[in-house]
Amino acid sequence: MNDYEIVKNARSEKRLTSVDYIKLLVKDFAEFHGDRLFGDDRAIVAGIGKIGDIPVTVIGIEKGKDTNDRILHNFGSAMPEGYRKALRLMKQAEKFDRPVVCFVDTAGAYPGIDAEERGQGRAIADCLFEMSNLKTPVLSLVIGEGGSGGALALCHGDEIWMEEDAYFSVVSPESCANILWKNVEKADVAAKALCLTAPKLYELGLIDRIFSADKKKLKNEIVNCLQNLMELSKEELVDRRYEKFRKVGY
Amino acid sequence: MELKSLFLKVNNELENTENRRVSRKITCKKCGKQVSVSKIRKNFFICPECGHYFPVRARRRILMLTDKRSFVEMDRDLESKNILSFPEYEEKILAAKEKSRENEGVICGTATIGGSKVCIFAMDGNFMMGSMGAVVGEKITRLFEYATKESLPVIGVTVSGGARMQEGMVSLMQMSKVSAAVKRHDSKGNLYIVLLTNPTTGGVDASFAMLGDITLAEPGARVGFAGPRVIEKTLNQKLPEGFQKAERVLECGFIDEIVKRPEQKDYIDRLLKLHGM
Ligand SMILES: [Zn+2]
Repeated sequence: MNDYEIVKNARSEKRLTSVDYIKLLVKDFAEFHGDRLFGDDRAIVAGIGKIGDIPVTVIGIEKGKDTNDRILHNFGSAMPEGYRKALRLMKQAEKFDRPVVCFVDTAGAYPGIDAEERGQGRAIADCLFEMSNLKTPVLSLVIGEGGSGGALALCHGDEIWMEEDAYFSVVSPESCANILWKNVEKADVAAKALCLTAPKLYELGLIDRIFSADKKKLKNEIVNCLQNLMELSKEELVDRRYEKFRKVGY
Repeated sequence: MELKSLFLKVNNELENTENRRVSRKITCKKCGKQVSVSKIRKNFFICPECGHYFPVRARRRILMLTDKRSFVEMDRDLESKNILSFPEYEEKILAAKEKSRENEGVICGTATIGGSKVCIFAMDGNFMMGSMGAVVGEKITRLFEYATKESLPVIGVTVSGGARMQEGMVSLMQMSKVSAAVKRHDSKGNLYIVLLTNPTTGGVDASFAMLGDITLAEPGARVGFAGPRVIEKTLNQKLPEGFQKAERVLECGFIDEIVKRPEQKDYIDRLLKLHGM
């Protein structure tokens, strides 16, 4: 696959979604709803469960399965209340010393009048702001689409992993081609230039690991990673996370 | 696009007469009237005929908000590199440097406001629409780190189209980097005042523009995350009047106060004094 084919493949409805990953990896999952401020955004599925023997808080951006399900989950485009639900449950995880595992799969945060007027920008900013100081391990897995700020909001973790055929980009290749060259046909050129594939981002040092959706192997990798992070003191953990993002671009 | 280039040309025209004593006139793009350049400059870059706010470049913005000759610039020499070998990026940086007469899209440093020492940054809309790449992120991060170390307040003036596409994920992750530095500044009990100017959008809106202790905005400034055209296309409907304008964003609960340009310095001075500075 070339880079643009990887993007299109990452959007495919046949791929595993967050709910699939939760079923594969998380035991005794209990889903929790609502941001306690406005409502419950089904684009984000969140709750608690166990990975291996470790109790975890799980947050996933969910695209849905069939047409009705996709509408229910707003095609994986979260509203501000989705990000606020995620943040509420991350704070709860901090309180109970539970690590957080995020599954990221979105074309982007929802661009709508209501989303804007309820503070989409502020909701995303708050995730970055608070996650940077969250005193419990955070592991973010980009499983399909890593669409700009809406995906980044759940990626302020101690480690960012990407599925081998996932992508993560500042802008969609189509918008990029349209803005720069007024030509959507050049999306393939944009996709290549944006360096959005897992191997390229790994080479740039922006992500920490590339994984395949092999259930057993992935579960072991997650358990090992969380165990290592849980051995760090809270100060070490937060300082290490600060340095991880501090060095980006410099 | 045509409108946009006209808009920026007007701004350059205004700025280019800076050191010349010419009584030239330009056409205000809002009221269409011929207005003298020197009059606009004396009037805080506001049209004396209709009150339209012309864009203000970063260096002048800092002059407008700080005490005379108090500004000391930091990290002026940081310049962008084409990290991803993105097509046509070097040319764009060169053109932006020429147009803005700056090395990058943000100016940072220390200054005093009414005698109180502050850290200040101002973004420059003439530098690739104020987009945030690695250098913009780095300079603002360094400013917050310095302010944290010295226990100084930060005053930030934002204007941005968002993350800079030509730097891909490196630019997107500047949102994370700056937000983390703001958090450290915040955790030590320091004050951060942000002034949102037209436009503050995308990745800047979804990070440090929305993280102030006190959020001010200029009248009429567009403030929002998603671009209006993207929203229109998604919803297939026209956007309501005033959507994403500072006045509406204040009504929605995301801005503390809208402050007119001639009053901004005194207003910020008053806030600093109220914080015991
Ligand atoms: Zn006018």
